[in-house]
Amino acid sequence: MPTLTIDGKKITVADGTTVLQACEKLKIDVPRYCYHPGLSIAGNCRICMVEIEKAPKPAISCQTLSTEGMVVRTDTEQVKQVRSHILEFLLVNHPLDCPVCDQAGECYLQDYYMKFGLYDPKFNENKVKKQKKAFPIGPTIMLDQERCILCSRCVRFTDEITKSHEFGIVNRGDHSEVVVSKEFVNPYSGNVADICPVGALTDRDFRFKCRVWYLENSPSVCPGCSRGCSIEIHHNDRKSHRVEPKRVMRLKPRFNEEINKWWICDEGRYNYKFIDDNRILLVKGAEDWPSAVKTLASKLKNLAALSPQSAAFLLSPQQSNEELFLAEQIFAQLFDRSRLFLVRPNALGYQDAFLIKADKNPNTAGARALGFSYAENIVDLLSGEAEKGKLKALYIFGQDIVSLFGDDARKLLKQLEFVVYQGSNRNETAPLCSMTLPAAVYAEQEGTFTNCDGILQRFTPAFAPLPEAREGIQILHDLAVKLGIKCPGPKAREIFARMAEKAHAFKGMNFDRLGRMAQEKAALC
Amino acid sequence: MPVTTKVVKQPNMSFMVRIYFPAIFQGLALTGWHFFRNLTLHILHKFDLFKDVPAAVTYQYPEEKRPLAPRLRSRHRLTKRSNGSPRCVACMMCETVCPAHCIYIVADEHPDPNIEKRPKRFDIDLGICVYCGFCVEACPEDAIRMDTQILDIAAYSREGMYLTMDDLLNPENHGAIVLRDPKRPQPASQ
Repeated sequence: MPTLTIDGKKITVADGTTVLQACEKLKIDVPRYCYHPGLSIAGNCRICMVEIEKAPKPAISCQTLSTEGMVVRTDTEQVKQVRSHILEFLLVNHPLDCPVCDQAGECYLQDYYMKFGLYDPKFNENKVKKQKKAFPIGPTIMLDQERCILCSRCVRFTDEITKSHEFGIVNRGDHSEVVVSKEFVNPYSGNVADICPVGALTDRDFRFKCRVWYLENSPSVCPGCSRGCSIEIHHNDRKSHRVEPKRVMRLKPRFNEEINKWWICDEGRYNYKFIDDNRILLVKGAEDWPSAVKTLASKLKNLAALSPQSAAFLLSPQQSNEELFLAEQIFAQLFDRSRLFLVRPNALGYQDAFLIKADKNPNTAGARALGFSYAENIVDLLSGEAEKGKLKALYIFGQDIVSLFGDDARKLLKQLEFVVYQGSNRNETAPLCSMTLPAAVYAEQEGTFTNCDGILQRFTPAFAPLPEAREGIQILHDLAVKLGIKCPGPKAREIFARMAEKAHAFKGMNFDRLGRMAQEKAALC
Repeated sequence: MPVTTKVVKQPNMSFMVRIYFPAIFQGLALTGWHFFRNLTLHILHKFDLFKDVPAAVTYQYPEEKRPLAPRLRSRHRLTKRSNGSPRCVACMMCETVCPAHCIYIVADEHPDPNIEKRPKRFDIDLGICVYCGFCVEACPEDAIRMDTQILDIAAYSREGMYLTMDDLLNPENHGAIVLRDPKRPQPASQ
């Protein structure tokens, strides 16, 4: 446990901690390009130089181990001079095409040049021009070798994290460049654009879509699979009202020690288009929201009076814990608890040993913890009941049962008197239902998801729901009020508090403790 | 507090002023001089004589335009490359700096990989523009200028004040925007 002094502040760190990591602990900003906490140390960009007492020259902090009694300075004139000259070297062949570069605004070259730049460059030689400037190296990534500063983060990422070894640096001196051995097809390919400190590797999906300084950034949880990676939703609120009313521009991983570290998969990264595309915009089957809720409440009351078996509810693992709990609280009072079915809205998919899980729903574990299990052959079961006249109504929470079960589902929907579809996106099922309620998507509401390892994560709304859409918990709460059932709500915090009292798996949990950071999360198992 | 007053002394009018008539004739003489001078000059202009002597101090708008200072900020235009395509690389600096949020750009891939980026749409809503000229200052490519000297901008509707990239690249087609009334038949170029 060496104790060292950095800029006059003393700190004791664990053995094997580098000087740069010790600086980070003291919240001292040391510039870096090649250093990434998730990758091995390369020490080739040289920008993180600091002065160490009794050492003859400044040393790179990312690869120097902290030792007992070390005295480090990061703010001297010499350090600043070293940084500005290193930047001069890094920019030797950089094209300075910031106006057309997608990285501009979140580029470390720009940031550090603003701080430590020479501003009066001494370099008069011509820059090396590449034959091809920017070109796609795969379905997701664009490579621009002129902008590259050869930090080798992408090489280390494919060597160490995905172990697919696509990237390499070839040739020497001015001729050295990053190359790919084959087409860069990789389930985690988007991460290389994230870790590239400059604009050499950029995302093709995001290319020229939006300048990064327009983006607002909201923490959220990926609903793409049961891993539930922490993500950031980058959305553009300034331009959205014009010709292309798209709000979400891209998703980025958010560091979470326990779940996804710094990475997310491409499947999750590009799974945002449904937030703005093909949404259900209006209430169908009633004039407006109040009358829809009123009709729904009176229908359910009548059916409950008829028989507690006369309606079925298809809950989805895409719903938050709060929504599932609230649905159970309301519908299990009117009907039998066994009439609430958990139906998987999608098939099992690809999985691997790193992040991607086969179960493509974010809250399967949460639904299980609330006492639901997947119902098999649900349409056969319900069709049988409908034929006998036992089943009269169906309440679907977002499952596209027509594409899942085909003609059987179509027949079932025709047989039933009353079918409610509560969902966010248009599909084949919604038009066949007698009432459609536009619901908000995860990015528009608050709630919690429980991931495959039982880790509970809270997500917050990035922006308001579309004009007519409402949060799932809001819809259920309004319905409960009309039905005269006492229920907490309509805020996720209130529902969670009740859930922590009633549901065994959530006992003693606190909504406020579920925060952005890993240590504030509660484990279920 | 006592009210302070100021005594204004009436001007001491002389006899010539008090009899009033000399001033009337002085005025008539001045008006008459200009009347006959302008009348003569207008008639001479009809015969193409003394064309360089203006007949009146009024600018005969709209036939005659008032000279404008060359640095005056007037309607925007987009400059072109030698091949006629816009110089703009859709970097969105002008859109970002615009205090009125009247510029709207959609970027696209340029066929030439050395340019990379070009605007697919470049619209300016003149109904919102405050003519501050920040867009011109922010542009790193000298792609937008406010030197068309067009000031007479009018439209029948708010939509009519919306300039598209086509209007901005060809300011000499000025006048088209006046015609762009949604209730009227659209000009062929639209």
